[in-house]
Amino acid sequence: MSPALAFDDVTCLRGGRILFERLGFALGPGDAGLVRGPNGVGKSSLIRIAAGLLAPLEGRVTGDGARALLSESAALDAEQTLAAALGFWAGLDGGKACVAEALDAVGLAEIAEVPVRLLSTGQRRRAAFARVLASGAPVWLLDEPGNGLDTASLAMLEARIAAHRAAGGIVLVATHQPIALPDAQEIRL
Amino acid sequence: MTALVWRELRRAWSSGGLVLPIAFFLLVAILFPFAVGPDGRLLARIGGGVIWAAALLAALLPVERLVAPDAESGVLDQLVARGFSDAGIAAAKMLGHWLGFGPALLAATCVAAALLHVPAGALATILLGLAIGTPGLAALGVATAALVAGLRGAGAIAGLVMLPFAVPLLIFGAGATGGEPGAIKLLAAISLLLVAGCPFVAGAAMGMGRG
Repeated sequence: MSPALAFDDVTCLRGGRILFERLGFALGPGDAGLVRGPNGVGKSSLIRIAAGLLAPLEGRVTGDGARALLSESAALDAEQTLAAALGFWAGLDGGKACVAEALDAVGLAEIAEVPVRLLSTGQRRRAAFARVLASGAPVWLLDEPGNGLDTASLAMLEARIAAHRAAGGIVLVATHQPIALPDAQEIRL
Repeated sequence: MTALVWRELRRAWSSGGLVLPIAFFLLVAILFPFAVGPDGRLLARIGGGVIWAAALLAALLPVERLVAPDAESGVLDQLVARGFSDAGIAAAKMLGHWLGFGPALLAATCVAAALLHVPAGALATILLGLAIGTPGLAALGVATAALVAGLRGAGAIAGLVMLPFAVPLLIFGAGATGGEPGAIKLLAAISLLLVAGCPFVAGAAMGMGRG
């Protein structure tokens, strides 16, 4: 089964205000969607709708394949070590073996045994991205993935996204920062 | 699901969140003999009620760390994105909370009973009552935690929300220790009602908090 993600005439209502109306797009294997727009226009809400965290007012979201979410919060237990905190999520996703590999991919392998509370902002972001990598989900939903990352980490992020797409995965990225996503479908809000 | 329950249990113990309520429970039991005097018969008579009231207050202490930290750190979002239902998450939290809190409270009750001169026969009834009532108390705690998550002054509001609903548990729990026939069955009925209903209340509250 090939992964897919499609928005069908989706309208989003937040706080009594329509953020976007009748939005539609479809992503297939290897595709990337780039959600653009100024602050507060509903980029994060779009990602949350795609992740099933928010119900759209109208329209529906369809798709195939598990979805991995990278939101602004790291969702890692602060008192646990990085490896253990990621291991919890990998356990839910059914692949604890991928944690070391994912940590290595984001350049955090040498601090795997450091408690999460001691990590810096950028390290937390990379750890959250490592969870997306370790999940093995074909559909990635990334909300501002470049926030708090240095140039080297940004390049790592872009390379990982490219590799994921090359392997037939789907990426939906919401960001206001420049990010290299060749042939991405631009979704302007 | 097992992983969620296990995580709750680990979080409860590692943050010291369970030592505090148990210590608080014992402290209340220690304070009473000082307050009412060392009259053994009087203490034995009020002992069951004191233990139940102390258990209720101790159950209130961990409420703030049950749901709010997970809502804030995005753990709930990640779980829902993985297809867990809100009510299922709440049920796992209740079970994990009870596993950490219930058996420890029963053990502490044996100590408290000795301090309060409660005779062995009455202690058995109290332990049975607590074993039946604490699951209801744990469920109520998680539901309250979900309702007040994200509010300012959540701790104080939690008390106002939770304690009125816990009154039936207190009445029938303390009633059972007083030898009222049927009280233990009513206690079980209330506890069952809370355990069955609270996951949905907590789940709905968590869902709205996300929206």
